[in-house]
Amino acid sequence: MSARIGVVTFPGSLDDVDAARAIRIAGGTAVALWHGDTDLHGVDAVVLPGGFSYGDYLRCGAIAKFAPVMSLVIDKAQVGLPVLGICNGFQILCESRLLPGALTRNDHQHFICRDQRLRIESTDTPWTMDFALGQEIVIPLKNGEGGYVASEVVLDELFAENRVIATYQGENPNGSYRNVAGISNKAGNVVGLMPHPEHAVELLTGPTIDGVPFFTSVLKSLIGAP
Amino acid sequence: MARVVVNVALKPEILDPQGRAVQGALSRLGLSGVMDVRQGKQFIIDIDGELEGDRADLLEKLAGELLSNPVIEDFTLTVEN
Repeated sequence: MSARIGVVTFPGSLDDVDAARAIRIAGGTAVALWHGDTDLHGVDAVVLPGGFSYGDYLRCGAIAKFAPVMSLVIDKAQVGLPVLGICNGFQILCESRLLPGALTRNDHQHFICRDQRLRIESTDTPWTMDFALGQEIVIPLKNGEGGYVASEVVLDELFAENRVIATYQGENPNGSYRNVAGISNKAGNVVGLMPHPEHAVELLTGPTIDGVPFFTSVLKSLIGAP
Repeated sequence: MARVVVNVALKPEILDPQGRAVQGALSRLGLSGVMDVRQGKQFIIDIDGELEGDRADLLEKLAGELLSNPVIEDFTLTVEN
């Protein structure tokens, strides 16, 4: 039986269906989780998809962090459950303090939607192990509040500890400090990424299939896990 | 009744693109000498009874956990009992 990857749907999530499809294309079983769930249904990993959870009211991800399902995700993430937050999911992970820093309004004020070149900076996480270190990929980026900010001390630490998993290549699309596109927690199991790998899994609809390894990575990492 | 006013603003070191856009608009509309604009949020919270003790402590805590994100924002809280 293939690994079960949960995809959380919050009111206002947009990319949950694509995330589930990406998981299936990679060979996993996608399990729908609802924001009000008080049980993770035995999933082996969780994806927090993009969108506008709770309408982005207050701050992006600020209300989602208090959802019943998130208290379970936060507890399990702290003991090793692989969690990938994409776009709004990344914002939720930062608001939940599973990841340091915060995502703020793009420095140029405009919503951006384009195919974005990235470089994979770490393959030491369960979400990136199927890439080659330094590999360049192109996946869609679409955000209004995607500027990654953190203190200089935190940024130094993230780079020193190999926790920046991807950087923007070419022109910085949103003002993210030091071109950071994605980071991990200290243990590596929790990863946040602003661009959207789940939209780059089929050539019919995506610019590339460069997003697939994020999902095959986690399936590979779960082989042999208890 | 107690009225609590919580003001939230981005920390000075965090770029505020909205404030900058407003600054540009003010200048374009003829206001001279605009040196800086920071855009924030204000929460006006009406509470039944006096706000003191545990409830006051909880509200202060939630101002830092829910109403603001201490990574990027500062808040001030004033209570009118």
